[in-house]
Amino acid sequence: MISTLLGKKIGMTQVYDAQNVLVPVTVVEAGPCPVVQVKTVENDGYNAVQLGFSKKKAKNASKAEQNHAAKAGVAETPRVLSEVRLAAASELKVGDVVTVEAFAEGQLIDIIGVTKGKGFQGVVKRHRVAGGPASHGSMFHRRIGSIGMRQTPGRTWKNQIMPGHMGGVRRTVQNLSIVKILPEKNLILVKGAIPGANGDDVIVRTAIKGQPKQA
Amino acid sequence: MNPIIKEITASQLKTDLPPFKVGDGVRVHTKVREGDKERIQIFSGIVIAHKGTDIYETFTVRSIRSGEGVERVFPVNSPNIAKIEIERVSETMRARLYYIRKRTGKAAMAIKEKRLDVATK
Repeated sequence: MISTLLGKKIGMTQVYDAQNVLVPVTVVEAGPCPVVQVKTVENDGYNAVQLGFSKKKAKNASKAEQNHAAKAGVAETPRVLSEVRLAAASELKVGDVVTVEAFAEGQLIDIIGVTKGKGFQGVVKRHRVAGGPASHGSMFHRRIGSIGMRQTPGRTWKNQIMPGHMGGVRRTVQNLSIVKILPEKNLILVKGAIPGANGDDVIVRTAIKGQPKQA
Repeated sequence: MNPIIKEITASQLKTDLPPFKVGDGVRVHTKVREGDKERIQIFSGIVIAHKGTDIYETFTVRSIRSGEGVERVFPVNSPNIAKIEIERVSETMRARLYYIRKRTGKAAMAIKEKRLDVATK
């Protein structure tokens, strides 16, 4: 069964669980995701399904996008299209709709998103360098320090930490547990934080690690 | 607040709370689970702070237990709080009564009181 959904981060809040413990949760609107295309080994060299999410106004969608959706019987052109690789040929057909019911409460999931962009940042924020003393005549506050040795090796190592652009990269948070599912609203309440700003697109999938071993 | 989040938390908010405020003497009935049994434990003292809104709303109760000041912070909307009783009503000059932490002896729990019958009118 397919175990991936496209969604949108709504924001964070807190809920009481069954043990009356206040749990921090992120609300994710996931699906419904229509299957727009099915790829097979025979045809495409690999197995995958293409899922759609959200919708796009007709004036903003190209003819190619509109007809691609129409061919699959999807009335509204999806705003997001994403392929999900599958190990075996899919049981899903074009036009099927995947919803949050593919997941269960208590299950572990991974969430993939793009982190918030932080711009050009120094090493203290970007690489957690401790920095120097603030006062007592110190003239070394938030600087990087030494970036190498002497004539040997005579160059700076690869991967030397330096200031630069931070954030705005794709990140996966693994093994988040589902606190609650609201199928009628297509919402998943996930314990903990996920990458990205509120309203950003995310991918929700069953956890690759952390699943109980199958007998 | 996002309307979706508001809707999710709205169902967890209590509507039947007594209108306690900072300075009031309260008895908080909390549910305590011991194994599979549940009993009620009462914590009584003065409300010295009341913070936050919606699901984040909390209040702090201070009491003196065997000569030692004890404070507990309760989430207002916790299902573990069975009941809040107001024992006495006070008039305070501060929104948060952190100054009573420094007081000892008789003054430690003394807050300018208002007559209860006047307050409940």
